[in-house]
Amino acid sequence: MTAPLSTQRSETVFQDFKLPLHRDAAVAEANRCLFCSDAPCIQACPTAIDIPQFIRKIATDNVHGSAATIFDSNILGMSCSRVCPVEVLCVGSCVYNHLEQPPIAIGKLQRYATDLAFENGWKFFTAGPSTGKRVALIGSGPASLAAAHQLRRFGHACTIFEKRSTVGGLNSTGVAPYKMKADRSLDEVEWILSIGGIEVKTDVSVGTDISLTSLEKDFDAIFVGVGLGADTALGVPGESLAGVHGAVSWIESMKLGSVGMAAVQRAVVIGGGNTAIDAVRETLGLGIPSVTMLYRGTHSGMSGYSHEWKAAMEQGAQAVWQSVATAIEGNGRAQRVKCVQVDDHKAPIAASDFTLQADLVLIAIGQSKLASMLSSLSGICIDKGCIRVDTNGFTGRDKWFAGGDCANGGKEVVNAAAEGKAAAMSINHHLMGHHAHA
Amino acid sequence: MPDLSTSTGGIHSPNPFWLASAPPANSGLQIQRAFEAGWGGAVWKTLGVPIQNVSSRFGGHTIRGVQGAGFSNIELITDRTLEANLREIAETKRLFPKNPIIVSLMEETEASWRDLIKQSIDAGADGLELNFGCPHGMCERGMGSAVGQEPAINERITSWAVKYSTVPVLVKLTPNVSDIVPHGLAAKRGGAKGVSLINTIKSIIGVDIDTFVPQPVVRNQSTNGGYCGAAVKPIALHMVAALAREKDFGLPISGIGGITNWRDAVEFILLGSSTVQVCTEVMLRGYPIVQDMIDGLQQYMRTHHFSRIDQMIGKAIPAYSEWGDLDMNYETVAKINADKCIGCQVCVAACHDGAHQCIHPQEGTRVPRIDESECVGCNLCQIVCPVPDCISMVSVDNGQKPASWNDHVTHGTQLRPKKGVH
Ligand SMILES: Cc1cc2nc3c(=O)[nH]c(=O)nc-3n(C[C@H](O)[C@H](O)[C@H](O)COP(=O)(O)OP(=O)(O)OC[C@H]3O[C@@H](n4cnc5c(N)ncnc54)[C@H](O)[C@@H]3O)c2cc1C
Ligand SMILES: Cc1cc2nc3c(=O)[nH]c(=O)nc-3n(C[C@H](O)[C@H](O)[C@H](O)COP(=O)(O)O)c2cc1C
Ligand code: SF4
Repeated sequence: MTAPLSTQRSETVFQDFKLPLHRDAAVAEANRCLFCSDAPCIQACPTAIDIPQFIRKIATDNVHGSAATIFDSNILGMSCSRVCPVEVLCVGSCVYNHLEQPPIAIGKLQRYATDLAFENGWKFFTAGPSTGKRVALIGSGPASLAAAHQLRRFGHACTIFEKRSTVGGLNSTGVAPYKMKADRSLDEVEWILSIGGIEVKTDVSVGTDISLTSLEKDFDAIFVGVGLGADTALGVPGESLAGVHGAVSWIESMKLGSVGMAAVQRAVVIGGGNTAIDAVRETLGLGIPSVTMLYRGTHSGMSGYSHEWKAAMEQGAQAVWQSVATAIEGNGRAQRVKCVQVDDHKAPIAASDFTLQADLVLIAIGQSKLASMLSSLSGICIDKGCIRVDTNGFTGRDKWFAGGDCANGGKEVVNAAAEGKAAAMSINHHLMGHHAHA
Repeated sequence: MPDLSTSTGGIHSPNPFWLASAPPANSGLQIQRAFEAGWGGAVWKTLGVPIQNVSSRFGGHTIRGVQGAGFSNIELITDRTLEANLREIAETKRLFPKNPIIVSLMEETEASWRDLIKQSIDAGADGLELNFGCPHGMCERGMGSAVGQEPAINERITSWAVKYSTVPVLVKLTPNVSDIVPHGLAAKRGGAKGVSLINTIKSIIGVDIDTFVPQPVVRNQSTNGGYCGAAVKPIALHMVAALAREKDFGLPISGIGGITNWRDAVEFILLGSSTVQVCTEVMLRGYPIVQDMIDGLQQYMRTHHFSRIDQMIGKAIPAYSEWGDLDMNYETVAKINADKCIGCQVCVAACHDGAHQCIHPQEGTRVPRIDESECVGCNLCQIVCPVPDCISMVSVDNGQKPASWNDHVTHGTQLRPKKGVH
């Protein structure tokens, strides 16, 4: 199915940034939970995991039941426990924040329960009796995996088409290795697929290797979970020099293969979002002595999470605010970035140019949208590059559903998981004759 | 999947978890929400002549920072009209036919017991629970624990109830007695099909040390209340076990008192309960706690290869013996795992001040040393140690054959030399 991982992956040097909890610490932490009614943490979780309940079960050493509660809402609960930005989701909403006491370590507790479930090989789900219906899923990222697993619980046969050799989407190829490495993502995929009846075809790009119309003909429903596309280019001279990479593409090389960093002394990461911060923390973690983030906005205006930037600064990151790159220069490979300061309206300020030395330049200013691959299908509306869907993931064209980054424009793994599951519920209605979205 | 269904005194329930007769079982809508959440059965808040309650009526016992570790109340039986209660019993029964509703009753005269029993059964009660347990207010009116403390009255009223009832009668016992057994036997003689215990323990939950008024405060006074919640579990376990192992008793038991989770429930079942009832933990956390109780119990049963509840009931009773039958020649000593020790030396203080002065600080390390020749194996150090599995009690092969005090007294069997006695 999926290509085996190389053992020579640069990502393997990373240690977990958030350390796992052992039993006693987990039980002690779980016992702090107030078991709030109508709990804000549940509301803050896109998959609405019954957090107080799973935590209470940890407190009583009912870890099996705890994991069952988590997975029942979110089959990607194990990766989410590591990669979710809990600081702005569940943990951020914990009422202890109002008490000037540390909020409950929900992510760590979720990791404790789901890791134990995985390590003990506990099985929680069986596929529903076969309905004879077949669903195609495009992409093998969190959205498709959540959808496929839920569809199997209903008894529909699933086929996932994945253009890469590696399954799992950005969970395998994109998330920062100090949160989760590719092997854990692949373990999770295998665990999800163990429900049976999900065929995975890797190295098949839908639209190229197999047409949309043939999918529509051969399947009873299609779920589109293609995520986002390639890194957006900066559009400045020198972008094709060696040592200049799109950040997402560089991260993929670092996670799945080896990126030689020995000669790199200075890196510049261009952008101010979470991918940019990840790239900063990753380059620092790989031992590059000097890493600078170059961002056109202000510190307070950056879209990356402040808790992530704080961690980056603690690692030694530097930042240049309100500045843009005008050119990348070097003799065959990148050596410096020419920059200019910009004002509050992002307009260049005269005579403010400066130069940053850099032998690695990572461009993290966004990813292209893939929705246009569906533009030939009437009835599907593409809105600012995103596939427009209703709250149930229905596109408006019979049989076609979508979710995850390709529909929401790029959010988190947990959103993709929630949207994939919601779409599966609605596909089930569609297939079994109740048009939920009529 | 293990089967959680069970029954107490012929009252069948999809699982052993019942709401105790108390505020969580006060009304139809509440009990319906509880059944929705997974509770197996409910004992309706005690019916009788509706009373009036005071404010405030509850007290919480904070122990070392844990709120509600114990709980107390001075509320009485239902304050709602009989009509409303009966109507809602019928309604709840109609909506949840598989979940038993046991109606708790407290009355005075034979005629009033008879009428209330008939009305409850007509409304759909699957069983009755006679409240002989309330330790405040009602007993001053000659009901509740005033009945439960007098075996003859207990037996007489139970026999009335049994005479007029077409459904199983359980008797709810008060813990406010020196020995529970005669009271269980009285209920049995009266014809009860089972007993529920414990009700609350007569207590004063605390005193406001600034205003000099005990708690809970009613304007500027208070009264003694009924203690319950997690802290009372050991007392309840003992009383349940005392009846479960009494040869002349043999009635099914619905265990109550301090149950907060599936583990507590398992303990009550292993000591002889076929169902368990919960009040305080639901008051403190709400009905959803039953989810953990259900799947925690199921997982426990799987791990221990139990397929039905009845295989577990009373399983720990054979190991509950008289002190005089314990093996006095069995010897343990404490051992400290130096790798785990964090050097708090709480065990040093405990052993020096509260036990046998045999844990000593050592030069050059925070890890204390146990003088095993002096250690009496009391396990105080293990209890105070904050690190799990750091101090273990290890059995010592002293070459002595097992011998109990009773063996010694009756047969002169040799006991091992005393340790730690100077
Ligand atoms: C660098 C980076 C770091 C991130 N870190 C985090 C994080 O820490 N926490 C977090 O919650 N989120 C993080 N995210 C976001 C998160 O990874 C995504 O929101 C999530 O993976 C979206 O899931 P998806 O299934 O919609 O798409 P993806 O995970 O992108 O999966 C889409 C899959 O579809 C495949 N595909 C695309 N086109 C085709 C086609 N035509 N035919 C067949 N297959 C196709 C792709 O190869 C890919 O495997 C990060 C994103 C990036 C870029
Ligand atoms: C506020 C309150 C009211 C109670 N009312 C009744 C009652 O009406 N009838 C009754 O039989 N027991 C009553 N009880 C006792 C409980 O049913 C139960 O026996 C006791 O609280 C022990 O269980 P727990 O530790 O789970 O709370 C009451 C308890 C509390 C806390
Ligand atoms: S719990 Fe409800 S009824 Fe009781 S004092 Fe508080 S608000 Fe009032």
